[in-house]
Amino acid sequence: MLKAFFHIFIFPGLLFLFFFGLLAEYLDRKICARLQNRIGPPWFQPFADFLKLLGKQDIVPGEADTTVFKLMPILALTATVTAYLYIPTWGSQAVYSFNGDLIVVLYLLFIPTMTYFLGGWYSRSIYSMVGAVRSLTQLFAYEVPLFLTILASALLANTWSLSEMTHFYAGHPGYWAFNLLGFTIALISLLGKLEKVPFDIPEAETEIVAGTFTEYGGRLLALFRLSMDIEMVVVASLLAAVFLPFGLHLPSWACFIGYLVQVFLIIFLISLLRSIFARLRLDQMINLCWKYFAPLAFLQVLINLILKGVLS
Amino acid sequence: MHDSGDIKIPIGPQHPALKEPESFLVTLHGEKITAFNVKIGYNHRGIEKACEERTYIQDVYLVERVCGICSHSHSTCFVQAVEEIAGIELPARAKYIRTIIAELERIHSHLLWLGVAGHEVGFDTLLMYAWRDREVVMDILALLTGNRVNYGINTIGGVRRDIKTENIQEVLKGMDILEERTKYYIGVAQGESTLIKRLSGVGKLSYEDAVRLGAVGPTARASGIERDVRHDDPYAAYSEVTFKVITDKHCDVYGRTVVRLKELLECYSIIRQLLKKLPEGPVTIKAPRKIPQGEAVSRYEAPRGEDLHYVRSNGTEKPDRVKIRPPTLANIQAVSHMLQDSYLADLPIVIAAIDPCFSCTDRMVALKSQHSRKKDVVLWEKLRLDGIAWHRKQGSDFSALNKKLAKNLER
Repeated sequence: MLKAFFHIFIFPGLLFLFFFGLLAEYLDRKICARLQNRIGPPWFQPFADFLKLLGKQDIVPGEADTTVFKLMPILALTATVTAYLYIPTWGSQAVYSFNGDLIVVLYLLFIPTMTYFLGGWYSRSIYSMVGAVRSLTQLFAYEVPLFLTILASALLANTWSLSEMTHFYAGHPGYWAFNLLGFTIALISLLGKLEKVPFDIPEAETEIVAGTFTEYGGRLLALFRLSMDIEMVVVASLLAAVFLPFGLHLPSWACFIGYLVQVFLIIFLISLLRSIFARLRLDQMINLCWKYFAPLAFLQVLINLILKGVLS
Repeated sequence: MHDSGDIKIPIGPQHPALKEPESFLVTLHGEKITAFNVKIGYNHRGIEKACEERTYIQDVYLVERVCGICSHSHSTCFVQAVEEIAGIELPARAKYIRTIIAELERIHSHLLWLGVAGHEVGFDTLLMYAWRDREVVMDILALLTGNRVNYGINTIGGVRRDIKTENIQEVLKGMDILEERTKYYIGVAQGESTLIKRLSGVGKLSYEDAVRLGAVGPTARASGIERDVRHDDPYAAYSEVTFKVITDKHCDVYGRTVVRLKELLECYSIIRQLLKKLPEGPVTIKAPRKIPQGEAVSRYEAPRGEDLHYVRSNGTEKPDRVKIRPPTLANIQAVSHMLQDSYLADLPIVIAAIDPCFSCTDRMVALKSQHSRKKDVVLWEKLRLDGIAWHRKQGSDFSALNKKLAKNLER
């Protein structure tokens, strides 16, 4: 009981994720700023932002559905934190795992996007509603390639459990190289999931102010932002677990350091990508995902199916 | 929400995409724009009327504040008109200095536009880079005139500051840096795929439409119209330098980007030529406080297009009438046309692509009745007739000229 409490609330649960998420936001902002020839924020800026937002008044729009409006940030945070429990961090074994946890993680990660939609929709503000519809439309574009590439990797490992997948790739050191194409596609699809440039269409500030979050403020916005930061860490960890299984035979603490390095690498790649592209239009993004990424992801599935036959 | 699925989105008066308060009402069907309404009037300051209440010298500083970016354009345009009425022939050095400042202003305006365009399509890195490089030209402007925005260099009869010989080297050095950077941006514009995707094919304005809607400046030149006041009707020192009028056949936002970037290269060449040939002599001659009776129209190629000032004097030290036709007013008509059947996502960049300056453009259209305090919307036609009647009472009657014009048109 006490152990479960520790796992859920302290490590690798809420408290650890809180600091890790805000650190990730700092890194993202700092790297992006340096790439854009700016100085960037100091290390405590995300914490300061969070505390400042906590101290502000919650304002719920008159026409909004109060229950849904207030529930959504909490739901988003809960879903992302729960998903993290199934991803291996300390050593190659996650805190909880069962065969099929990969699917659970993917669906837990689907919930935040759904909360952006519902939160935006029930704000009843015109900008929020357009943003909400956009985030849902975008979801249908990037989920398919993202899921397919992760499926490809799982096919090769012949398991639906993240922990077993990492075990498999640790046992077969060279195999990760087969998934490089999948990793690239997953990384770009990730930008859609995290709503970052070039796929920050749902919150394109020059068109629809802040999209879903236009009406959010105070503590609710703080929670939403925290859940987005944590989502970034969780998705990066998922990618690290699936595609970058390095150093898994080492002792647990070394494994943990290796894990941190992998996550930072992915965050660096995300920041790099978001500073070298312009925002695409929704129709262009859907075209890109369905015309190029989805077939390429299928190709990865095919490659892995053949490999599986050849290698076993 | 309507049953038809159409959504009406207000863009402005306060909106992150707009740098000035203006209101657009966009009707959307899905992501497509079906109707587009412009409401201007949030930024009206009554400058034309204020000019009539001040002396010519005060007006130079007032018209400089019509716009925060092309401040030199407006003051030069105004001063040229006044000088024409007074029959003042400028010293050559003053003409050169005016032209140099004008070109420096064009550089800073185009670089500013590049950054804004990058921001509108979500390419913030371009914004940061372009504005960093813009600092070079801002520093040069501060060095030459003492100010970064409103240079205050023009005066009736010349310029107020001379360019020192030791500063010329620094300007040339700045031009070298900027030329290298501009070539890099041209490379970015031609090579960066997401940027090209967002810019090409957006905001189409064909040659015929550009002529019909009276587009000016880079907007017109990107539709293939070779129209540039600097070339067609040279003022200041433009007749003494050689430069190309940049045009482009793309007819879209991408074309407008290319035109502006290539124009920057021309600016550097013009400034180098002018600094090389800079004649010796005084920079100003004494102008009378009272300007003799007369009228003049002055044209000027501002960074956004042709700027036009009409000044009428009545022999006193205050003008009788000042009329400003800024380039945005000529281009704003084209925007509604460009936005037909485009996406909401393209709206900010299409508006930004004409490089709008709403504070230049704003016109008052709502009138308040003196007695009932009721707001009254007046149609343009009535407002025009009222204006004509008011000016006729003041003694300026154009009916003879209008008849002559109509006769000429018939021929």
